[in-house]
Amino acid sequence: MIELCGIELAHQVINASGCFDVLAARAVFGDALIEEFPFAAYVSKTVTLEPRAGNPPPRLWETAGGMVNSIGLPNPGIDAYLETHLPEHVKLGVPLLTNVMGSSEDEFAALIERLAGREEIAGIELNVSCPNVATGLDIGADPAGIRGLMRRVRPLTSKPLIVKLTPNTADVTACAIAAEQAGADAVSLINTLRAMALAPGGVQPWLGGGTGGLSGPAIRAVALAQVASVAASVAIPVIGMGGVSSGADAAALLDAGARVVAVGTESFRDPAAGRRIARELATRFAENTA
Amino acid sequence: MTAPFGRRRCPVIEREELGAYVVLAVADEAVPARPGQFYMLAAVAGWGGGEAERPFLARAISALAAHGDGRVAFLLEDVGPGTHRLCELEADDELWLVGPLGRGFEPPELEPLLVGGGVGIPPLAMFQQAWGGRALGGFRDGAHALGARLLHDPQVATDDGSVGYHGYVTDLLERELDSATGRICVYACGPPAMLDAVRSLTAAHGVPAWIALEAPMACGFGACFGCVVATLDGYKRVCVDGPVFEAAMLA
Repeated sequence: MIELCGIELAHQVINASGCFDVLAARAVFGDALIEEFPFAAYVSKTVTLEPRAGNPPPRLWETAGGMVNSIGLPNPGIDAYLETHLPEHVKLGVPLLTNVMGSSEDEFAALIERLAGREEIAGIELNVSCPNVATGLDIGADPAGIRGLMRRVRPLTSKPLIVKLTPNTADVTACAIAAEQAGADAVSLINTLRAMALAPGGVQPWLGGGTGGLSGPAIRAVALAQVASVAASVAIPVIGMGGVSSGADAAALLDAGARVVAVGTESFRDPAAGRRIARELATRFAENTA
Repeated sequence: MTAPFGRRRCPVIEREELGAYVVLAVADEAVPARPGQFYMLAAVAGWGGGEAERPFLARAISALAAHGDGRVAFLLEDVGPGTHRLCELEADDELWLVGPLGRGFEPPELEPLLVGGGVGIPPLAMFQQAWGGRALGGFRDGAHALGARLLHDPQVATDDGSVGYHGYVTDLLERELDSATGRICVYACGPPAMLDAVRSLTAAHGVPAWIALEAPMACGFGACFGCVVATLDGYKRVCVDGPVFEAAMLA
């Protein structure tokens, strides 16, 4: 058993938020999804107060060893999430982490108040890669923004609060330290790197959202550097992610100081990638301790 | 029936060139595909390192035939780094397969009229095998028009006039709609401009139509939300809400 800020996990591989939709996957793959669920915990897609339609297409661009997405956080809003999605997630039988995003401290507070009393939810992940409507700056882009947000929401729940750090900042380690000092129970990183693609032959952006986030093996080395730096600077657990495609990739993040790893883009290429990566990690561990 | 969970390794049984296209037959013991369903395909070896160091993601490809005899077939056209690599594959090379995926066509309640363009022929070929219906096929030129062999007794149109009617397949559709006596329903798959014309023609004639869409997608099973299309009911994922949509529902 692995312990992550009081949550017991069967192994060290979870999903990255937004990279696995349990309701859709259940319809496609049937009960095998639950019987063979790849992840030791399930992290929801980002949930906001109001429903969001997401960005206009096109939303994807394939790059060398990765992809740029401009999905725009489509979700049914907190009410529908709690009423229709969460009961389906419970059937997975693994700890549930709800990822939330607000465009102000008040919005984050309102979301966390809605989740605080729900026993089905083991922890809350804060997506701070979002512009603050008041300042235009990403809430998580600097230590002061994270400190302010954590001070506002920390008193609202005793559930573990995980800050999902953005890599699009000058000093991710300073942001992680700010999160820890203001009461975060864990940090997760890295989110996608801001990226852009041009339409073929043109000057216009390809993606409907203008810019997007780069993920996949292309960002693995960046993830390793940021996870190593953050893990060396905070005492709270680190959830490492970014381009993990194999047990060896996961082991590198664990060796760099992560407590658990998350799999995102690789699940698009192989729906059961998380299971394979967890198995490769277990084999590796058995060999190293033999 | 649901698809097996995860991707599986399947050998190519046979590769056959069909004019501008390649037909790959792949060994797969899983559930057979319904007409209109698709699979995510990636070569086990050499996936990446092509044009612009791609491909990276698997490619969504319609099932061409699922005979229930342990094989599935695909029609491929080399139009980019992913399909280029898939077109190179030979017998005994291996593919990663996820599927069958998506909501295919439902059995017809009215007389079906099938309209296919280019590499969009496979869903209609499967439809015709399962439920019949007259077929119209549109192609760029003679090399592409060999794809019409996948259909039973089709009327063919080519852009350059080298085979069949000289012009668009939607011209043939318009004639059919003008002269239709019974109640018909149109089923279509092809390039976006052709589908736009099918939508406006069928709407103008008050004829229902079902359209199989193509969209770039990362996952094929509803995880990435990358393949959405605008409908009257908001954005819908082509992979799990489609790829078959009622034409009147598309925005």
